[in-house]
Amino acid sequence: MAKNTLFNHIWNQHKVCTLPNGQDQIFIGMHLIHEVTTPQAFAKLKEAGLKVAYPHRTFATVDHIIPTEKQTQRPFQDPQAEKMCQALEQNVKENQLTFFNSASQKQGIVHVIGPELGLTQPGMTIACGDSHTSTHGAFGSIGIGIGTTEVGLLLATQTLALTPLNVRRIEFKGTLQNGVHAKDVVLKIIQQLGVNGGIGYAYEFGGDVFDAMSMDERLTVCNMSIEGGARIGYVNPDQTTFDYIKGREYAPKGEAFDTAVKEWQRIASGPDAIYDDTVQFNGDTLAPMVTWGINPAQSVEITDPLPHLDHIPENERKVAEEAYAYMDLKPGQAIEGAPIDVVFIGSCTNSRLSDIRIAAQVLKNQKVASNVRALVVPGSQAVKAAAEAEDLHRIITESGAEWREPGCSMCLAMNSDRLNGNERCASTSNRNFIGRQGSPSGQTLLMSPAMAAAAAITGQVTDVRSL
Amino acid sequence: MPASPQIITAISGHAISIEGNDIDTDRIIPARFLKEITFDKMGEYLFYDARFNEQNQPLSHPLNTPIAKNATILVVDDNFGCGSSREHAPQAIKRFGFDAVIGHSFAEIFAGNCKAIGIPVIQASHEALAKIRAQLQKNPSTQFNINLVSKRVSFFEESILIQIPNEHRDAFLDGTWDILSVLQSKQELAQKIDQALPYLKP
Repeated sequence: MAKNTLFNHIWNQHKVCTLPNGQDQIFIGMHLIHEVTTPQAFAKLKEAGLKVAYPHRTFATVDHIIPTEKQTQRPFQDPQAEKMCQALEQNVKENQLTFFNSASQKQGIVHVIGPELGLTQPGMTIACGDSHTSTHGAFGSIGIGIGTTEVGLLLATQTLALTPLNVRRIEFKGTLQNGVHAKDVVLKIIQQLGVNGGIGYAYEFGGDVFDAMSMDERLTVCNMSIEGGARIGYVNPDQTTFDYIKGREYAPKGEAFDTAVKEWQRIASGPDAIYDDTVQFNGDTLAPMVTWGINPAQSVEITDPLPHLDHIPENERKVAEEAYAYMDLKPGQAIEGAPIDVVFIGSCTNSRLSDIRIAAQVLKNQKVASNVRALVVPGSQAVKAAAEAEDLHRIITESGAEWREPGCSMCLAMNSDRLNGNERCASTSNRNFIGRQGSPSGQTLLMSPAMAAAAAITGQVTDVRSL
Repeated sequence: MPASPQIITAISGHAISIEGNDIDTDRIIPARFLKEITFDKMGEYLFYDARFNEQNQPLSHPLNTPIAKNATILVVDDNFGCGSSREHAPQAIKRFGFDAVIGHSFAEIFAGNCKAIGIPVIQASHEALAKIRAQLQKNPSTQFNINLVSKRVSFFEESILIQIPNEHRDAFLDGTWDILSVLQSKQELAQKIDQALPYLKP
């Protein structure tokens, strides 16, 4: 097992005890909740006559089901969405929890608002009923996705029963070329290590490429750790991390900040860290990535042809055949030029200000292709306001794309933002699963915001570097 | 939350096979069925888009066969349950009537969710899964028996070794898979950690 890594440091600091079954009971320092995975947990809590044990460690928002148009108009058009949001509102009230609702100007996708409010800090254990909780690892914390029963356990005890993980160091050396982004880095990692390669591991991301990344970019990579099977992914905290946190609402202030930085430096993986595994990548030669299949490992660099079946490992061939049939694509063909019907720029992977800026830069003075429906959905009310202060919304709407209100939107299509029939979508989200974007026959191609914006203009998959 | 521990030592009954690696929880239960504040109806939505066409007419699918109605064991392949952490997926499996899932490997969050609601996820070799499926081909109403004590699955004339993580097996055998009371019993220790942590003070 790994030793002296950030993962080990945080785990040990939060370990309550070893349980009789051999798992560890881990104290969770921050619990983030949203409307979709919590009503059953609160119902059980009530049934057992319990209250939230540490209400100051739980923060709520609405993101999964809320509409991205007329968000403040209640009741929502969708009665089920209304009911789910009301349930959360009631539970938050009964337990006196901090709630970032639409009226707060702090609402947004749970994995976007945690960092931007300064809630997410190095050294924390963070859990949420959402698999993309790994996102928060970008700050050098342990972010862990859980199910609803675990949400209930957490509300009742602020602890979880967890099995310790191995730690794999993923080193990305070199410098990314212009037009190549964090999304391409993580898609490459998943392509190489597989959708199940991370089972039993926490991924530690490091090396030149990560050192040079902004916090937004690190968030994008850690976000998709789970798509590689790793429940936890993290980057060790550094000056970039500290500079980002400083001055944010929930960040320690004054002397407390300096003390915190010392603690954050202490919990980072030391020079004596021992890993269970190390993998190296070269960032110099990486090209923009696009998925062609039905899981996030089925991707190619934009310059490569789609793989022939006999080049695909035997145990992955059946899924590849299924993917080709479902996606209307053929082995050997170029992904560049594949027609697109819908473009979705948003989700907890790519909806932060820097993502919107990149998209706007590509869309500036351009028009979205006439047969393409394009949606830009900011990750939070704060992102929306900041983008509007820079007039990015004008660039976006003038191009013909829609500028929406914050939420998970077409990443999982729980609201009315969804694909119809077998529409094909260039999406900055994280999952290209069958039916993921709301239509049982809808097709999803995952890519970076720059590539998605390029596809919006041309109506087909396009190497953004050629525009 | 049951008042007394529920010990699970064995699961027996008919089995249904769902083939394919990397079957994600969106496929097990599409997101549009998550818009309910209870899990009560989740069983109806299990693999909905594979079982029904867009006009809600049943398609040919193992879960639409008569044997599925009282099957208790779901047979799957590699990395089953990957993707979203939605507990609606194991809830749908449980509420459809399955008491155990047997496959080659499972995504971590899914496996944890299954354990938390009392569904053992059992690992078997590719060869063992092939034997189970060959038997199902021959006789779809074969009785299977999974024994967590002996770590074996038996059917017809076969008895094959299976794997289950020790921490899961122990929790099922001593009835602590519903772990609330175990976690609650360490509340004093948890409070000490709460007080020692440098962040999010009340």
